[in-house]
Amino acid sequence: MQKLLLLGDEAIAQGALDAGISGVYAYPGTPSTEITEYIQHARQAEEGNVHRQWSANEKTAMEAAVGMSYAGKRALVCMKHVGMNVAADSFMNTTITGTNGGLVILAADDPSMHSSQNEQDSRYFGAFAFMPIFEPTTQQEAYDMTREAFDFSEKYSIPVLLRVTTRLAHSRAGVMLGERRAQNQIKLHPNPKQFILLPAIARKQYAELLNKQPDFIKASETSSFNKYIDGTDKSMGIIASGIAYNYLMENYPDRNCPYPILKISQYPLPTGLISKLVDECKSVLVIEEGYPLIEEQLRGLLNRGLHIKGRLNGALPRMGELNPNVVAVALGIKDTRGSEIPDIVAARPPALCTGCPHIDSYNALNEAIAPYGKGRVFSDIGCYTLGALPPYNAIYSTVDMGASITMAKGASDAGLQPCVAVIGDSTFTHSGMTSLLDCTIEGTNITVMILDNSTTGMTGGQDSHAFGRLESICLGLGVEKEHLRIMKPLKNQHETNVQIIKEELAYQGVSVLIPTRECIQTLGKRMKAKQSEKK
Amino acid sequence: MKIDIILAGVGGQGILSIATVIGSAALQQGLYLKQAEVHGMSQRGGDVQSHLRISDRDIASDLIPYGKADLIVSVEPMESLRYLPMLSLQGWVITNTTPFININNYPKEEDLLGEINKLPRKVAIDADEIAREIGSVRSANMVILGAASPFINMDFSMLEQAVKNIFGRKGESIVNLNIACLQAGRDYAQKVK
Repeated sequence: MQKLLLLGDEAIAQGALDAGISGVYAYPGTPSTEITEYIQHARQAEEGNVHRQWSANEKTAMEAAVGMSYAGKRALVCMKHVGMNVAADSFMNTTITGTNGGLVILAADDPSMHSSQNEQDSRYFGAFAFMPIFEPTTQQEAYDMTREAFDFSEKYSIPVLLRVTTRLAHSRAGVMLGERRAQNQIKLHPNPKQFILLPAIARKQYAELLNKQPDFIKASETSSFNKYIDGTDKSMGIIASGIAYNYLMENYPDRNCPYPILKISQYPLPTGLISKLVDECKSVLVIEEGYPLIEEQLRGLLNRGLHIKGRLNGALPRMGELNPNVVAVALGIKDTRGSEIPDIVAARPPALCTGCPHIDSYNALNEAIAPYGKGRVFSDIGCYTLGALPPYNAIYSTVDMGASITMAKGASDAGLQPCVAVIGDSTFTHSGMTSLLDCTIEGTNITVMILDNSTTGMTGGQDSHAFGRLESICLGLGVEKEHLRIMKPLKNQHETNVQIIKEELAYQGVSVLIPTRECIQTLGKRMKAKQSEKK
Repeated sequence: MKIDIILAGVGGQGILSIATVIGSAALQQGLYLKQAEVHGMSQRGGDVQSHLRISDRDIASDLIPYGKADLIVSVEPMESLRYLPMLSLQGWVITNTTPFININNYPKEEDLLGEINKLPRKVAIDADEIAREIGSVRSANMVILGAASPFINMDFSMLEQAVKNIFGRKGESIVNLNIACLQAGRDYAQKVK
C-alpha cells in the first residue's frame, strides 16, 4: 500500500476519508484547521461528494455532524480545544442519544498556548460526557485510530473523541494507508425515539450509557493501541499517554527502557493494565501531554499508599507542553543543552502584516477615542488581537469568540460609555450575531466595529460566512440604517474614518461600523493565482 | 544515518521549502523522517522554526531535544542564534547574512555578524546577494540549502533530483535557477568546512 508524508492532521483527514465519511464539519482553529483543508482539496472527497464546507461555528458543525450520523452516514467534526466549549451543548448530549452512522469528534489541544488563550485538556470533556477517547501517539496511529474510531462508534453506537495536541497535528511523518471503505447508505435508526431527549427517554438513555461503560473499559484493556511493555527494573513503572510516549522513548535511543511501560492511547482508562503496573512496581511515573488527568485519577483525593510522580509532584512541569528534555529529567537522565541565546537576540513577536487593513482601522480608532481615555475597547479572537501590541496598544480585552460585543455591552451597562467592540467578520458570524441582538433589543450605547477583511485570517484565509452579507445581517438584527456605516480602512481615508468613528461614539445607541478591505494575504494569493492562470 | 536539523526564519520567509526538498530526498532513499512545523499565530511575521529529523531507523520524538541538533539552518542571521540552546556542542550553524528587519529593536548588523563570527562552527553566507546574481532573490532558500548540503550525509544528486521534482512543474528555467543556487551555496560552504 501507499506511503505518504503527512501531517498528523492530514493523517486524520485521510483516515476519515478511507473510513468512508460522508461529511466533515468544522470551524477553522489552530491546530485543527489542516484536517478540513486536506479533505477540501482531496480528489477522493470530490469524487465521493463528501460534505466539506466550513461551518459557522463549532456548535453548528457538531450538530450537522450529529444529524448526518442520525441519518445513518459517517461524519467527522473537527475543532481546536476551545471550540469544544462552543460545541459542548450538543457534544454532551450525543452520548445520551447515541449515534447511528459512525461519528468521530476531533479535538486538537494546544498545550503551551502556541496559538490559543488557554491549554484546556479535551480529555476531560470526553470523561465528562462518558465518551471513549482515542489519543494517537504517531502520525501512523492518527491514521489507524481515526479508522478504528469509526468502527468503534458504529459497533457501540457511541461518538468517539479523537484527541491530538499541536505537535502531532503539525508534525509530518510517513504514513502507510489501508483500504478505502465505501460510504454508508442513508439508513434511519431502528429506534429513533432515543434521539428525542424528553426527560423520561433521557433517563433511560443515560442509564444505558452508564451500562456501556464496562464494555468501553474492556475494549481499552484489549486495545492494540494500549500496550504493556515489560521491563526489568521494577523500582518504577511508567504510564505514558499519546505523544508523551514519544518523548519517553526518545530518551532510550536503543528503545531499551529498563522500566515497565504502559502506553495509553484509548480511554476510559484500562484499570486492569494500570493495576498490574502499580502492583508490580514500587513507584509510578505518569507522563501525559496536557493536564494531569491520569495522574489525578491514580492519586485520588488523598493519595494514600501509592508513590506517584508526574506533573502534580513537580517531577514534570505543571503547565506547558512536554519535550524530550523535561521527560529526561523526570527519568533521572542527564539533561542536555547547547549554548545560551546571546543577549543581542531580540524578541520577534507576531505582528499585523504590512498593508493589513486592521492597521488603518486601529489608527483611526485610537485617534477618535483618545479624548475618552483607555480601557474602552473590547476585542475578540483573530488577527486584530495583535492590536494589543505596540505601536497600537489599542485594546482592553480578548477572551473568547464573540465576547467583544457582549463584554462591551456589559461595560456600557455598567456606565462605561462610550464603549467599543472590535470583532472580525468571521468571528462575528461565529458568535457575535446573538450578542449584537442583545444590544439592539435594549438600545445599548455601544459602537461595534466589524473589521471586514472578508476572510478567516489568522488561520490562513478560509472562507468567511460573513462575506457579502454583513450589512443585511446587521439590519436584520435591528441596527438602524443611519448608524450602520461602511468605512474604507486606507491611509488616505484616515481623516474621514476618524470623523465617522467620532460621530458614532457620540451617538447614544447601537452603531455598527464596518471597515471593509480584503486581507493583504488572501489578496496576494489571489493575485498570484490569477497571474499563473494568465501564463 | 541520523541527522537532526533546526530550520529557522521569520514567518512568511518560506523555511518549509527547504524542509520539503530535504524531506523528499530522504523519502526517496527510504529513510525515516519527522518534521514538526509551526502554524498559526507566529506565521504573522514572528520567529518560526521547524524541527527536521531524518534517520535510517524509527524516530521517536517529533521535537529535537535541546542540545542534540546537528545543524541550525537559518534563512535569517538573528534567527540563527535564537536556537543555540537546541544545538549540540559539536553542531554547525548555516545562516544567511541578509537580515529581515520587522522590529524596531533589531540589533546593529555589525554586532550581529560579530556574534555569528564567534560561533566555533558556522557558515555565514549572503544568500540573497548570491541568489540575486544568479537570477532571483526568491531562490535564496536554495543557496542556504546548498550551503547546508555538505553537512547532511546525503548524496548531493539526491537533493538536486528533489529540486527537479518539486520545481519541475514551474518550468525548466526555474529548475535550473534553483539548481544553480543550490550549487553556489554548496561551493561556498565547501571552502569553509
